[in-house]
Amino acid sequence: MSAYNFAYLDEQTKRMIRRAILKGLAVPGYQVPFASREMPMPYGWGTGGVQVSAATLTPEDRLKVIDQGADDTTNAVSIRKFFENTAGVETTEDTSQATIIQTRHRIPEAKLTEDQILVYQVPIPEPLRFLEPRETETRKMHSLEEYGLMHVKLYEDISQHGAISTSYAYPVRVSGRYVMDPSPIPKFDNPKLEMDAIQLFGAGREQRIYAVPPHTKVVSLDFEDYPFEATKADHCCDLCGAEDSYLDEVIMDDAGNRMFVCSDTDYCRSRREAGHIGPMGAEDAA
Amino acid sequence: MYVAVKGGEKAIDNAHAWLAEERRGDTDVDELSIAQIREQLSLAVNRVMAEGSLYDPDLAALAIKQARGDLIEAIFLIRAYRTTLPRFGYSNPVDTGTMRCDRRISATFKDAPGGQVLGPTFDYTHRLLDFKLAADGDAPHAPVAAPRQEDTPHITEFLKGEDIIQDEVFSDDTPGDLTREPMAFPSNRPLRLQSLTRGDEGFVLGMAYSTQRGYARNHAFVGELRIGKVSVEMDIPELGFAIDIGEVELTECETVNQFQGSKTEPPQFTRGYGLVFGQSERKSIAMALVDRALRWEELGEDNLGAPAQDEEFVLSHADNIQATGFLEHIKLPHYVDFLSELELVRKLRREAEARMAPKEAAE
Repeated sequence: MSAYNFAYLDEQTKRMIRRAILKGLAVPGYQVPFASREMPMPYGWGTGGVQVSAATLTPEDRLKVIDQGADDTTNAVSIRKFFENTAGVETTEDTSQATIIQTRHRIPEAKLTEDQILVYQVPIPEPLRFLEPRETETRKMHSLEEYGLMHVKLYEDISQHGAISTSYAYPVRVSGRYVMDPSPIPKFDNPKLEMDAIQLFGAGREQRIYAVPPHTKVVSLDFEDYPFEATKADHCCDLCGAEDSYLDEVIMDDAGNRMFVCSDTDYCRSRREAGHIGPMGAEDAA
Repeated sequence: MYVAVKGGEKAIDNAHAWLAEERRGDTDVDELSIAQIREQLSLAVNRVMAEGSLYDPDLAALAIKQARGDLIEAIFLIRAYRTTLPRFGYSNPVDTGTMRCDRRISATFKDAPGGQVLGPTFDYTHRLLDFKLAADGDAPHAPVAAPRQEDTPHITEFLKGEDIIQDEVFSDDTPGDLTREPMAFPSNRPLRLQSLTRGDEGFVLGMAYSTQRGYARNHAFVGELRIGKVSVEMDIPELGFAIDIGEVELTECETVNQFQGSKTEPPQFTRGYGLVFGQSERKSIAMALVDRALRWEELGEDNLGAPAQDEEFVLSHADNIQATGFLEHIKLPHYVDFLSELELVRKLRREAEARMAPKEAAE
């Protein structure tokens, strides 16, 4: 891969992306347009996250890539390989050892630190998109801070279902100003959006970058009488016994028996190594 | 004991190996060469160059081979390669008036200077399968005439004399580049044309067809369609003048559209414009129709609410690499989102059942 520049993109492109990132950090939650490039993986596979990671990586970095919380999902493997080949950086599955973590659909369970950057892959950056399909309109709504439509939507959910029927990509308000789509993370992860690490969001196909700086106030939208609730399966991890982690439900046999396991594979592994055992984890010799 | 799914890496490697084997197919059959694809599937090569926005027949042929004939996949390979190429500069605008035409027809005039030249067209063939091609065919020969030496003038130039067709606004401004600046709406005509020329042929065709069926009908005549090679020139600062750096084959279509006139404009013909790499007739005609439909605002026409008049709708959905990526990404894992939905639906059902239960008991 020596025919390509460090981390694939040329330096001019990286500078352009870094300018967008800095603008995003300066205006938390604001979607900064950027001239997204075609990448050698398809749109929808994380091209926005990959471009942000490429522009952020230095040769000294240690990269972790997760998809659905796991390091070994096929697309996480593919993106990690891409940076191993094009940037030659060290990679890790250990959340605490990583300096940059690229993620799709999850925030790691372990608390992130000020030395870390979390890069999200974003499919639809516009939280208002499914209420108003036109970009010309939604940009106007953001600039006027006109978010009534979103509150009406949440209210209608409650009046129809008795609850807000958004369970992932749950909208948040950043620093009291912009309503932001946190990417399709489960709403269980929303409280973690207030963190010590830098959070960068890249949407390649939609040509947008946005950011949440460390220690920024991030509030999930709700009502006084229907407060936001971070939910997960009412269960513990069957392998490590964790009560506080987001769980994958796995169908085990034709009879439909199920088990619940941590979606964050590194969290589960580290807990089991520390001796925690879940209801079905005792026989786990590995 | 359940063991969480592992081995994504091995699975990917094996999938790639199988893909390579499938691409080659039965090894008892001769392998296709790049030159064979370039020479014998040239219209596929043209489409890949046009929508890949890179004029290189050999690379396009390679992409088609690698993509097993899936043209959108081939276009994607070309785009991903193109994005890594350094930009040395910009060429001067090509002059299609000096095009060495292989084909040049007008549907608006029976004859005009330069004549009607059919060229290599399917238009008047009968679509009967030629079983002789299934056997090894002879190399066909076509009669040859002396090429025209003079430039072939544009048909619309003849209408301009009468002032009966709207003149294009001349501008020396450097147009925007949609591969270097993010698209913003409202955009402008140069950006619209860039987007349409690399847009998906099927999508642009469908949009154009919808205008013909009454969704913002614009009464288009093919004023002229020409296909041929033009020289590409570039200013070299060290030299102080432009030099010829090569030639590209283009298809250009200018439509002549009826225009009733508006509050500000007298009745006049208007134009739509299509320009596409290679021999790509269907695409360039479709492009011209959509271009014309999108010009409703500058011409003071009514917005009929038709899809083809809606710039944001057309331009946001014309790119097949964006579209196919986002469409196909839904086959990637979504367990986390699905699980959170599953939990929510279960919870809502429990609550609904609890609400309904006492009512049934009372009945």
